Amino acid sequence: MTGVARYTALKVGRALFVVWAAFTVTFVLLFVLPADPVDLLFDPAELNAIPPEVKEQVAANYGFNEPVILQYLNRLGHALTGDFGSSVQSGKPVTGAILEVLPSTLVLASAALVLATLIAFGIALAATATRRTWLRDLLESLPSGAVSVPVFLSGILVLQVFSFQLGWFPAFGDQGWRSLVLPLITLAIPVAGPIAQLLVRSFTTEFAAGYVTTGWAKGGTRGGIIVRDVLRNASLPALTIAGVTFGNLIAGSVITETVFARRGLGRMTQTAINTLDVPLVAGIVVLVAATFAVINLIVDLIYPLLDPRLRASLTAGVAP
Amino acid sequence: MTESLLEITDLAVDYRTGRRTWTPAVDGVSLHVDPGEFVSLVGESGSGKTTLIQGALGLLPVAARIRSGTVAYSGVDVTGFNDRRMALVRGTYVGFVPQDPNTSLNPVRRVGAQVQEAVPEKKREAALESLRLAGLEDVERVFRSYPHELSGGMKQRALIAIALAGQPKIIVADEPTSALDVTVQKRILDHLVSLRETLGIGILLVTHDLGVAQDRSDRILVMNKGRIVDEDHEYTRRLFAANPARQPAREPRPAGGRVVLRATGLTKEYGTLRALDGVDLAVREGTTHAVVGESGAGKSTLAGILAGFAKPGAGTVHVGDRELTGLNRKQLREVRRDLQYVFQNPFTSLDPRFTVRRLIAEPLRAYQLPAGDRVTELLAAVSLDESFLDRLPAQLSGGQRQRVAIARALALRPKILVLDEAVSALDVSVQDQILKLLTRLQDERGLSYVFVTHDLGVVRLVADDVTVMKDGAVVENGPAACVLRDPEHDYTRHLLDAIPGVKL
Repeated sequence: MTGVARYTALKVGRALFVVWAAFTVTFVLLFVLPADPVDLLFDPAELNAIPPEVKEQVAANYGFNEPVILQYLNRLGHALTGDFGSSVQSGKPVTGAILEVLPSTLVLASAALVLATLIAFGIALAATATRRTWLRDLLESLPSGAVSVPVFLSGILVLQVFSFQLGWFPAFGDQGWRSLVLPLITLAIPVAGPIAQLLVRSFTTEFAAGYVTTGWAKGGTRGGIIVRDVLRNASLPALTIAGVTFGNLIAGSVITETVFARRGLGRMTQTAINTLDVPLVAGIVVLVAATFAVINLIVDLIYPLLDPRLRASLTAGVAP
Repeated sequence: MTESLLEITDLAVDYRTGRRTWTPAVDGVSLHVDPGEFVSLVGESGSGKTTLIQGALGLLPVAARIRSGTVAYSGVDVTGFNDRRMALVRGTYVGFVPQDPNTSLNPVRRVGAQVQEAVPEKKREAALESLRLAGLEDVERVFRSYPHELSGGMKQRALIAIALAGQPKIIVADEPTSALDVTVQKRILDHLVSLRETLGIGILLVTHDLGVAQDRSDRILVMNKGRIVDEDHEYTRRLFAANPARQPAREPRPAGGRVVLRATGLTKEYGTLRALDGVDLAVREGTTHAVVGESGAGKSTLAGILAGFAKPGAGTVHVGDRELTGLNRKQLREVRRDLQYVFQNPFTSLDPRFTVRRLIAEPLRAYQLPAGDRVTELLAAVSLDESFLDRLPAQLSGGQRQRVAIARALALRPKILVLDEAVSALDVSVQDQILKLLTRLQDERGLSYVFVTHDLGVVRLVADDVTVMKDGAVVENGPAACVLRDPEHDYTRHLLDAIPGVKL
């Protein structure tokens, strides 16, 4: 097997493992650890009023009276075909319910990632390009500021200013692109923080590298050196963190979608947890894990394309 | 009268060391380089030579300022030029060859693109011509390569090509060969000399190695503590005296003696690469056995196996009567007490957060031995006084760090030290001191050394026996005096020829 094929197989294998592990952990947490998983299916307030026969009946329906290992294999088998059972609340199939809201969240999360990356690059480039120390210090302090602002606070703030006072964008809903703007900004700002921090640091490190001196000696200008030489080297580490951040974005969408009353995976998660909709929660967790795994797989596969050294070590058959 | 290509007059550069305090790094230096002249600027680390060059190129860091003086290229005063105007001077008036070819090319871009950028009008043909001028063959292939696909010497030639690309009148080279093997160093420097002759350009070579300067320069300027000192100055004389080529060779010691470390038929493979190929080695008690070779010869792999850090593919290592290769972890730990290792780079081999006291006591702690007075005793053995005990590595010079590393290696009273390029990162005069220290410690304590180095010039000063390696195999071995005086193998002769500073 060639190095490239082995690398790809390794990364794909890792992605599959992550999804499987998420499924298994979710199964243990939701179906094995609770003393009686049937209890989770009912409203706690009414739990004592439910006759035992009914519970029996429900347990049999869900297969809770079978041995754990059989339940696990059964659910795993179904999950492989994309079947996570039915939502307790709505009775609709979990997969269908998730797929219905998924696009809206994916659009929000991807757009937020793009915006966050742009903000981060903007800060890092400006901080590197400027010759004024005070401006650089100011720019470099922005990321930690962005990280420290909680999403619900910045969300409400943004709503207050741009929607209620200025009336530029609708306060909530999911109709048209205008409704996307405020949630997008709210979600992107805290995520831009860590990416920008990393980028500022790697831009600073790379700007002190030997090839930058060579660039100056060639008669290069500051802007030219940053764009031609520093940018690509400094971006490599940010790629990894951007992949990891995508997970945070999906988590962040729980609050954002609640604040802005948008339909989406985040809000569905919140409802599912509030109503103890166990199959739906399980389905969402596995799906988020799968999304996460795919994004990171893409990042891993893009890496060798951007870094010729990694490409060389792959074709030479040496483990990276 | 012809105008000087570079004329520095009374230049003084300060570094900011506090809110309002400045410390001079370069203090009233004047120098000039005329057309067709090869001038060397020699100084040790901290002498201010790099700051001077940065000042001349307008590449001073933000924390530095030019206090007074002027820098002029072909009569044009460029002091106070901003970046934009200075960019017109760099490349076209002055080309720069940096120190470390391994970090000075952008790793993610093809070499050709990086050269092409420096050529006027960005022509591909001109870039190829520049690579050819830098002494590269098969320029089409180099043009398409990424830096990691080229050897160190080829990368340095590519950087020379970049420096030549703008057809400058003068080339400033800052330690251009200190990261390269001696044979490569010789070829690169010879090429610079030939460029001066064919193109009529001026060359300013900055180096810490007097030998390199002596072989080729029209003039040598010695720099010390921010000033240029003259030939009769005490410092200049000391620097000349420290040159390994000027030192007496080690007194030959009688042959024979018990073998304390023996390697037999060592091989090691990394993937398809054969790093070691049937290497034999015997170190006699109380003597120094030098292992010499260029990068890629397998010296470090060998040193790692001798010290038990790596396992050989085949072959055995004996320490005294014990076979090292078959030992488990616990037994290996016992053997380690007798066999210690000193690393090449004293800047990375000491934990920056440990004090000197803690660093030296660390091996004792690891073996649960009481430290007691042992630490001060060891410090005294490497000629450092007690005031160093609570300092951190960052507060030490390179030579002091290497002394601490040696003291640490001696803590467990080992019988054998494996010294992996232990003086290669040091200035010539510091190197001289460390070598003397090692010789004295050997005489006092009956230590046996495995001395791994790329520098045959140093071998003469310390080694009793020598093994010359090339491509993972032993080319030649024997008593150092015989091998150096009368080498049997062409490769050894080739290495000997490349030692700088012996022609005098």
